[in-house]
Amino acid sequence: MAHGLTFDVAHLLAGSLVLVSFLMITQHRLYALLNAFALQAVLLATSVAWQANVQRAPHLYVTALIALVFKGVIVPVGLHRIIQRLGIHREIETVIGSGMTMLAGMGLVALSMTVMLKVTPTADPLAREDLAFALSVVLLGLLMMVSRRNAVSQVVGFMSLENGLVLAGTGARGMPLVVEISVAFSILIAFFVIGVFLFRIRERFDTVDVQALDRFRGERR
Amino acid sequence: MTFSASDGVVLVLVIPVVAAAVLALLPGYRLSARLNMLASGLTFVASLSLFFADHSQPGNYLFVDELNIAFIVLNTFVGFTTSVFSASYIGHELATGRLTPTYLRFYHAMYQVMMGGMNLALTSNNIGLMWVGIELATLTTVLMVGIYRTHEALEAAWKYFILGSVGIGLALFGTILVYMTALPVVGEGINGMVWTVLVAHAARFDPALINVAFIFLLLGYGTKVGLAPLHAWLPDAHAEGPTPISAVLSGLLLNVALYAVLRFKIVLAASPGAVAPGPLMVTLGLVSLVFAAFMLYRRRDIKRLFAYSSIEHMGIITFAFGMGGPVANFAGLLHMAMHSLTKSGIFFAVGHVAQIKGTQKIADIRGLTVTHPALGWSLVIGVVAIAGLPPFGVFMSEFLVVSSTFAREPLLAIALVLGILVALGALFYHLNGIAFGEPTGSTAASDASYTPMVLHFGLVLIAGILLPPTLVTWFRHVADILG
Repeated sequence: MAHGLTFDVAHLLAGSLVLVSFLMITQHRLYALLNAFALQAVLLATSVAWQANVQRAPHLYVTALIALVFKGVIVPVGLHRIIQRLGIHREIETVIGSGMTMLAGMGLVALSMTVMLKVTPTADPLAREDLAFALSVVLLGLLMMVSRRNAVSQVVGFMSLENGLVLAGTGARGMPLVVEISVAFSILIAFFVIGVFLFRIRERFDTVDVQALDRFRGERR
Repeated sequence: MTFSASDGVVLVLVIPVVAAAVLALLPGYRLSARLNMLASGLTFVASLSLFFADHSQPGNYLFVDELNIAFIVLNTFVGFTTSVFSASYIGHELATGRLTPTYLRFYHAMYQVMMGGMNLALTSNNIGLMWVGIELATLTTVLMVGIYRTHEALEAAWKYFILGSVGIGLALFGTILVYMTALPVVGEGINGMVWTVLVAHAARFDPALINVAFIFLLLGYGTKVGLAPLHAWLPDAHAEGPTPISAVLSGLLLNVALYAVLRFKIVLAASPGAVAPGPLMVTLGLVSLVFAAFMLYRRRDIKRLFAYSSIEHMGIITFAFGMGGPVANFAGLLHMAMHSLTKSGIFFAVGHVAQIKGTQKIADIRGLTVTHPALGWSLVIGVVAIAGLPPFGVFMSEFLVVSSTFAREPLLAIALVLGILVALGALFYHLNGIAFGEPTGSTAASDASYTPMVLHFGLVLIAGILLPPTLVTWFRHVADILG
């Protein structure tokens, strides 16, 4: 019975990550997208903490904490501010319509389920289902990156892809370097966010030169 | 005191890290340019010491074998010569105001971090650590591609960032899958990520799972190799960044990514039920070669031209390793070394040319052999070498690839020869105008440093005329490891 509960909770959390991914690929407003992403990060943190508990691997709590604080709070708040500062919150730039994106997303999930469940008949059932869900999240993140033109939503797509990778990494029992890799990824994301910031300024003011920025605001000495 | 493997390996990793820290703090570009050279030179010397190292005890994190020594020595050598070229290149950039002293400090520190990252990827015996090394090298090159802060440079850096990160993400998923495959066989913990352990136990891996893992790894690291159709970031990143970075990107980073693919190919080859990785690599390689060869004709930017030529040559190398067998692997290794030396040499020449003429547009660079004979003829030699004409080393390796393919798969060989010839035509079509056209643009004397160029082209020439027997024996041995 205890095993059954362990399995069910892990399953529930991983499954809800996929659901939130679906929420994200059809979301066009940037603020709503960020909220959905924060929700996904919180779910991921819970899922990783559950894995830490199940596998008796205390170092995974660090990964969970990083996910919660960095991706659940700092990054969404930071991006929120950037969007506000640049006044781009109403921008809707999609290459494909919602319906098609949804259909494509369903296809990708079906694909990852078929592939992963077929090739892992011998693996531990918990890890096996985790891996299938993780691949779904990764592919949905990719889909989001290709179906958006806006730099902010591309970054959110990438971070969601990375959530899938963390899910896979923590699901693999006893995998070393998971914490290190999640830290490395956090650095990568921090670069991303800074990059977006510079990039968006660049598009709006036609330069990233801070002096020129001052000129635009009328602050030039 | 005897010299053990770990000393050399540790030096190859520690020197760049220490140098990066020092260079980040030092003002004054002359001093830091020299220090950059010194650090790169010392790393090269340390890498040579690996030849005398003891190979029998692979560690859980780092190790050396014949295969990675070849890559490390090549890596640190080109890293060293590029730092010499970079010293004269950046002086000019500073003078024209394209870079500021603050950015230069950042540039030198990043250069060393990048070298450290690549060396880490090459020396690691741990597939997770290898991934971290490649990610580190990628991140630093992204920053350096965008260093000019022009609209185009930022656009290129962003594109490289997004595509590179997706590639890196897929590669990590593949790495996790490899661990999952190894889990039932070698048990939990670090063993499941140690490459030597993986190879030793590969025979008992679940074939289906390792197949899926390899697909992810091939696509992920293949993006970094610049294989078509995953190459979109490569021409932009080469064209918009500083030329020393174009030289190391083409000459080194693409090789490092390919090295990662090769390591996993060996694991797959040791697993009997798994799909043969060869045909996949052959297909990707051939597509890249033919595609890039045709794309060469319509290029307007000189750095973009040679970036496409890099895609073409990475295609040939991937093709050769995909064919497998002693001769093709030997040819692939040789071609990789020759391409690294020749292409970075060409970028050295192109960097100075673009500085003197103040443009990268092929249409505005004419008659170089008249206005700047030394630089012009160096470029001519470089292009003759890279196009695969005798007596240069590239001819030798391409000949080996083609002849070994003819013996086994004549149809593939025809496609291969077609691609090489189309590329040759394109390169000479452009070279004709660049070197022998009606002279245009500035005729100002150049303060170019010829030593790195002469060294690179000289080595390629020597390899083409007479391959040293020790090198042949060594590469044969490595070719056997590759299977």
